[in-house]
Parts: sequence; C-alpha cells; structure tokens
Amino acid sequence: MGRPKIRVSGLRYAVGGVEILKGVDAQIPDGAITAVVGPSGAGKSTLLRAVNRLIEPSAGEIYLDGEPTGGMDLLKLRRRVGMVFQIPALFGASVEEAILYGARLAGLDADATRLLEMVGLDPSLAAREPETLSVGQQQRVSIARALTLEPEALLMDEPTSALDEAARGRVEDLTRELNARLGLTTVLVSHDLAQVGRIADHVILLAEGRSVGAWDRDGFFLGAGERARRLIAGKL
Amino acid sequence: MGTVVTALPTLGLVAVAVALSFYEGLGLERDIGVAVVRSFVQLAAMGYAIEYVFGLESVGAVAALLAGMVVFAAWTSARRARGVPRAFLVAALAVGAAALATLGLLLALRVVPATARYLIPLGGMVIGNSMNAASLTMLRIQDDLAGQRPKVEAALALGATSRQAVSPILKTALRGALVPLVDSTKTTGIIFLPGAMVGMIIAGADPLEAVRLQIVVLYMLLGSVSIAAILVGLLSYRSFFTARHQLGTVARGE
Repeated sequence: MGRPKIRVSGLRYAVGGVEILKGVDAQIPDGAITAVVGPSGAGKSTLLRAVNRLIEPSAGEIYLDGEPTGGMDLLKLRRRVGMVFQIPALFGASVEEAILYGARLAGLDADATRLLEMVGLDPSLAAREPETLSVGQQQRVSIARALTLEPEALLMDEPTSALDEAARGRVEDLTRELNARLGLTTVLVSHDLAQVGRIADHVILLAEGRSVGAWDRDGFFLGAGERARRLIAGKL
Repeated sequence: MGTVVTALPTLGLVAVAVALSFYEGLGLERDIGVAVVRSFVQLAAMGYAIEYVFGLESVGAVAALLAGMVVFAAWTSARRARGVPRAFLVAALAVGAAALATLGLLLALRVVPATARYLIPLGGMVIGNSMNAASLTMLRIQDDLAGQRPKVEAALALGATSRQAVSPILKTALRGALVPLVDSTKTTGIIFLPGAMVGMIIAGADPLEAVRLQIVVLYMLLGSVSIAAILVGLLSYRSFFTARHQLGTVARGE
C-alpha cells in the first residue's frame, strides 16, 4: 500500500464516561474501497464520525494526506471528506434543493441534473419532493448530495442497511462505479460480509473499540483474516 | 381584611358546585374545597403584598422586585427545560433582556409613569409571558434536535455551521412560541376581550383609557415575547453544540 489517504493513530473516544473507541490504528489506502467491519458496538460508525469530526476524539489523531485533522478548519475538512449515512436524511423542498445544499453553503456551482445522472437517477426527479422518492432513490440522492462538493474521500455508514435487495445492489454498483470513475477513496462501514466481499478492496476489523487487523479482500476472506472472520461472523 | 371578606358571600355559588358534585357522584367535593381555600388564601396574600409593594417609593426596591421575578421565572423555565444545558442562564438573560427592553421603552417614551402601580403588574405580565415563550422555545429546540439528529448531522457533514444546520429547527421553535400570541393579538376585540380591560371597565375606568392601556399591554407583550423567544433560541441551540460544530448528546424533553 502506498501513502494512505487517511491514517488513524491511537484514536480514543469516550462519551458519558463510556469509552467507545479504546485505541484504533488504521490506514485507509488512497483511491480504494475500504470496509470497516466488526461486531455491533465495535465502534465502526463512531470511527467514521470521528474521521469527519462530527465527534471530537478524546485522544489520538486522524491524518488526511498526512495532515492532522485536529487542527484543520472543520467546515473545510467536512467538505473534503463527504459522508453518507444509514438514513438518507434529505432536506429541502425538492430533490434539486436537497442535492445542492452543501454546494450552496460553500458558494459553489453544481449541476443537479449531472449529479442525478451520475448516481443513475432520472434527472426529471429533480423537481420532486424528496419524501416522495423510494428509500433506495433517496439514498442515491444522498450520495449525489455528498458528491456536489467533489470530496476527496467518501465515508459511507451502513448505506444499504435500510434498503431492499434490489436497491442495495444498485447502491453497491454505484459505489464501485464512483470509485472506478473518480478514483474516490471510500470507507464503507458494513455488517454484511457478503457485501464486503462484493465491493471492498481492503478490510479493517474492529472489536470492542479496538482495531484488530487489516487485510486486502482476499487476505481477509481466504488468508490471514479467515480466522478473524470466522471468529466474528456469528456476531456480525 | 374586611374588604376581602366581603367576597365570601359568593361561597354560595361554590355550594352549588359542591352540591352538584355530591348528587351526581363526581367525587370533586374535596378538590373544590381545597381550590376554594387555596385561591382565597393565595389571592388575599397577593392583594396585601401588592398593596405593600404599591406603597414603595423607591425605584430601586421596584427594580429589585422585578429582578427577583426574573430569577424565579428563569428557575421555573429551567426546571421545565431540564435537558437544555445552561437553561437557567439562557432563560434569565432572555427574560431579563425582554423585561428591561420593553419596560425601559415604555418609561423612556413616557407611556406609563415610573411608579410601582404600573411597573409591577406590567413587569409581571412581561416576565410571565416571556418565561412561557422561553420554556416553549427551549423544549421545542431540544425535542427537534433529538428527533431530527440525522438531518442536523447530515447538514454538518456537508460543511454547514451549527447555526446553519439548526436553522429549520430554530424557525419552527420560534414560530411555535410566537404564533399563539400573534393570533390572540389579531383577534383581540373580536373574539375575546382581554381580562385586564374588562376589569378596568367594571372597576369604573373610562373605556377609552382601558383600551389605551390594553393596547400598550398587547404591544408590550408582542415585543417582549419576541425578544425572549429569539434570544432563547439563539442562545440555547449553541449549548447543544461544541465550538467545533459538533452536536452533543440530546435527550428528548419530558
């Protein structure tokens, strides 16, 4: 692996006296899809939120292109590192307004039609109210919304867990396609090992708030990670 | 005491309520009794307190009394909005500023004289209504932040400041606090006659003077409630966020 796009070092996070991250070290390769897996409560989503600084770590540091994010202008950091959540959480009177929210805040020009096409949706949906779309369509709109800022990395927190099988397949295809077309560094939190096998290039395993190991996909499923995978499979 | 005691013959009307409750088996006799005794004692005590306060010559004493009312209002509001960090401070600042601004303006424009007879009741209205607006605004913001957390965090993740991310919630909360007063102001004189005005007219005041004072009261309340709600909104949402635009833990209101 070359220079990592994102590097996590000794990361800890506690809230209300409960330590959720107890020391996470990880490297996210540039331009690849990295899955973060682990049992429930392992701290996967918390790690992702810490990368975007939606939460403030208690200790440790996260580096973006080698630069510590702790000292960065957080609004700029969040524009460089896009995020897609489990629930699409769209806002605005129309799909177009929902997509362009971040771009308008940043004073950037963005084309909702092009973005809708990019995520495989009909541009005629732009005028619709976001709530009238299916959840699968809403999730693709939320991906388009994250792309308006042309992020260097995309954090996806269980983006398909609320979707049916067909919609899940479309979001997976889209994730791979965006990665291939844009070279977008992607971090995917998933509890679905089959999904990880379909789309991830690398796998990071967390358990009880600690990083347990990191593998490339084949290594995780066939080689060194096999034991770890079997170990946690029952809990995933 | 003699004056207050002359109201007692109206207890005959209470007897009607007790008799009705007894014959219909409503089981409200005890509650009615407690209500009658409490209201008599509370109102009599209030009457004597007001009589004493109205006799105060010192503006400092009046100001101290108003300040005490602001503190009590802030305490009440903060108890209601327990889940809002620094709720007491936020409510005290907002209610205090609303009272200071509106009463100060009324005095500066010489709409009312600087006497306890005017300042205490008007101050009570301003502080009481501002307190309700403060409580409503804080509770609404807290509830909406808890319920709409995914949307707020999605906005933050797109580079919004906490103020931008919370903007729709703030608008809803302020509308919720202000709309009832705006609507009741709109319908004053058509749907209902305000109690203060009715009381003045019954007490023999010139109806036009009663109307003049009622207009002062309505506009004063509109102004003070708006000031309190806006200040509470702008101050309280901040206490849920860090300086680095991160949303902390938000419990749902009671």
